[in-house]
Amino acid sequence: MKVGLFIPCYINQLYPRVAIATLEILEKLGVDVYYPTEQTCCGQPLGNSGYEKASKGACQLFVENFKEYDYIVGPSGSCIYHIKKHFDILEQTDDVINVRNNAYELCEFIVKILKKTDLGASFPYKVGLHKSCHGLRGLKLGSCSERMDSHYSTEEDLLNNVKGLELMSLTRKDECCGFGGTFSVFEEAISVKMGKDKIQDHLDNGVEVITGADHSCLMHLEGLLNRNDQPLRVMHIAEILNSNFQL
Amino acid sequence: MSHSKKATIFNKDEAKVNWHDKALWFVREKRDSAAHNVKNWEYLRELASGIKANVLSNLDKYLVQFEENAKKNGIKIHWASNAEEHNSIVHKILAEKKASKVVKSKSMLTEECHLNPYLEAKGIEVIDTDLGERIVQLAQEPPSHIVLPAIHKTKEEVDELFQEHLGTKPSNGDPEYLTNEARKHLRDKFLKADAAITGVNFAVAETGGFVVCTNEGNADMGAHLAKVHIACMGIEKIIPKEEHLGVFLRLLARSATGQPITTYSSHFNTPATGTEMHIIIVDNGRTKQLSREDFRTSLHCIRCGACMNTCPIYRKSGGHSYDATIPGPIGSILSPGKDLKKYSSLPFASTLCGSCSNVCPVKINIHEQLYKWRQLITKDVKQPLIKKSILKIAGFVLSKPKLYKLVGKSARFMLKYAPRFIVYSKLNAWGKARELPKVKNKNFDDWYKINRKNNG
Repeated sequence: MKVGLFIPCYINQLYPRVAIATLEILEKLGVDVYYPTEQTCCGQPLGNSGYEKASKGACQLFVENFKEYDYIVGPSGSCIYHIKKHFDILEQTDDVINVRNNAYELCEFIVKILKKTDLGASFPYKVGLHKSCHGLRGLKLGSCSERMDSHYSTEEDLLNNVKGLELMSLTRKDECCGFGGTFSVFEEAISVKMGKDKIQDHLDNGVEVITGADHSCLMHLEGLLNRNDQPLRVMHIAEILNSNFQL
Repeated sequence: MSHSKKATIFNKDEAKVNWHDKALWFVREKRDSAAHNVKNWEYLRELASGIKANVLSNLDKYLVQFEENAKKNGIKIHWASNAEEHNSIVHKILAEKKASKVVKSKSMLTEECHLNPYLEAKGIEVIDTDLGERIVQLAQEPPSHIVLPAIHKTKEEVDELFQEHLGTKPSNGDPEYLTNEARKHLRDKFLKADAAITGVNFAVAETGGFVVCTNEGNADMGAHLAKVHIACMGIEKIIPKEEHLGVFLRLLARSATGQPITTYSSHFNTPATGTEMHIIIVDNGRTKQLSREDFRTSLHCIRCGACMNTCPIYRKSGGHSYDATIPGPIGSILSPGKDLKKYSSLPFASTLCGSCSNVCPVKINIHEQLYKWRQLITKDVKQPLIKKSILKIAGFVLSKPKLYKLVGKSARFMLKYAPRFIVYSKLNAWGKARELPKVKNKNFDDWYKINRKNNG
C-alpha cells in the first residue's frame, strides 16, 4: 500500500508540527508513506469564494502529484472533502476519479482502512473535540446532532483510546466555529462572534485542550484565544495521537 | 447594504445577539427532541423530498388538476404570473365586494408580493392577525423570521409597542397580559372584517382543497367570519394526494417549532353558503427557478424555518440582516434567483457548515446550492477588486509549485518580522479580533528535506 501524504498549504506553511505528527503516526503504523514535494493546495479557498474556475490549475496539479498512490491521506477534513466533492470541475479521467475516491482524512484512514483505534498514545488532559463541519457533515466522520441516526464518531473512537485523556462533552456538540475560509474575513463580525461562543462552550465544560481533525477551525479559535489571553490551547488531533506523555 | 455590514451593526449589542441566539437554539433543540420521537424520521424526510420532486416534474399536470377540482367545489381560481398581477387580482376581488377591511393570516407569499402597502395605498385596511405579524406590522418592520416573525423583539419592546398603538398599560413585558390585550384588539378586527386573506400550506391536486396551518387559529377565525376568503399560494404548494398530507403535516410543525402538529391544520374545500372562496395561484419567478437545474429543489421548501433556527449565522446576525422577504439559508438560495445583484452577498453569509441541509424536512441541499450561487455571482456581479485580484492571483500561484514555495516563504517572513502595526492594519480583517498564527522559520517542506532524505 503506497500512501501519498497530503499536507494542506496552510499546515505546511504555518503549522509544520501538525504535518510532522501526521507523518510520524503513519510511519508508526507501518504505512509506506511518501510526500510529493511539488504539492501546493487543493483549491478550496478559491472554490468557496466563488472562484472555482480559477482553481482548476491547482486541482489539476493536485491530481498529477497524487495519482500514483493507492491512498491520499491528509490531516484536514475540509480539504479532503473539497477534493471528493468539488473536483467535479475537472474532466473526470481515471486519474481524477481515483484521486477523489482514494482521498482520506487522517482519522478516517486510520479507523476505516487501517482498522486501528488504539495508537498507544497518552495525553493526560481534559480535551474538547471540535467536530469540523466539513469532516462531520461532509465526510460523515460522525453522526450529526441534526440527524436521527445512531451515534458514532471516528475521532472519538481514537481519542477514547488515548491513555489519561478525558473527553469532555459540549453543550452544543457540533455547532460551527465560524471559520468558513474567506468567510472569516468577509463576515468578520459573525465569524468572531461564533468563535467566541464556541470557545465559551469549551470553557464552560472544563476543557483544557481543544482538538479536532481540521486545523483551519483551530487556527481561528487559537487566534481568538491568543488575543483574549484565555486559559485554553488548541492541538490538532494528530498531535494528541502522536503524544506519549509519561503518566 | 451587504449582509456582513448589517450583521456587524446587529452585533454591536452583544447581549441582544446572545438572547436571539439562545431563543432560536431553544427552538432547534425542541425540534431535535420532537424528531427523535418519530420512528424513521430520516425516511419521512426522504419520502417528503421524493413527493416534492414528483410534484415539480409534473407541476403542469397537478396545477390543472387542482384547478379543475377546486372549481368543481365552487372555489374561484385566479392565475398570477407575478406580484403585480397577484396584488391587482386581490384588489379587484375586494373592490367588487366593496370590502374595505381585511384581516390576513400569515402568508409569506403576500409578503413577497408586498400586498399590504399596495392595498393600503388604495385605502384598504389590512390587519395581520398572527400575533407576531401584528407586532411587526405595528412596528412598521418586515418579519425577521418566517415562522416567528417578531423573534427579534423582546417582550419589553412589545410592551412599549402595545402601549403606543393599543393603549395598553405598562406591564414590564407580561406575556399573558399582552397576549390578552392583543386578542381583544384582534377580535374586534375579525368581527368587522369584510374579507379574509390566508396563505396556503398545501394544495391537494386530487381534491381541489387546501390546508392552512396556524397555531393561533387566526386563519380560521378570519376565513369563517368574513364573506370573502382569498387564499394566496405559490405554484409549488401543490401535493398530489390527500394521503400525502400525512407525510408533510408530521414534518412541518416538528421541524418548525418542535410541536407534533400545528394547533390548527384547517382543511378548506368549498365555500360556506353565502360566501366566496378564491385561490390565487402565483408564479412570481418560480418557473424560472424551476428551470435552473442546480437550484430546482429550493422549490421543495415548505416554509418551516428550521434552517433559520439551526443556522449560527442567522442566529447571530438576525433576520433583518438578510434584507429579503425570506431570510436565512433558504432565503439565501431563493433570493438570488429573483435579483442576483441585489442579493449577491447572501450566498456568502454562510460557512457552508451544512446544518441547514441536515434539518431540512424536504432535504434541500441548501449549503451546496449556496456554493453554486457563489460561482455564478463572481461571474455575473461585479466583485470588489481586491477580493477578485487576490483570489485570481492565488489560483495562479497554487498551480505553480516553485512560485508557491516562494510566496509561502515570503508570507512566513512577513508574519515573523513585519512590525505589528503593519500586520495588524485596518486592511487585516482577521487581525481585528484575532491573532495571526505564530510562525517558525521552517515550513514542513524544509523539515522534510532535512529529516527524510531518502524518501519522496
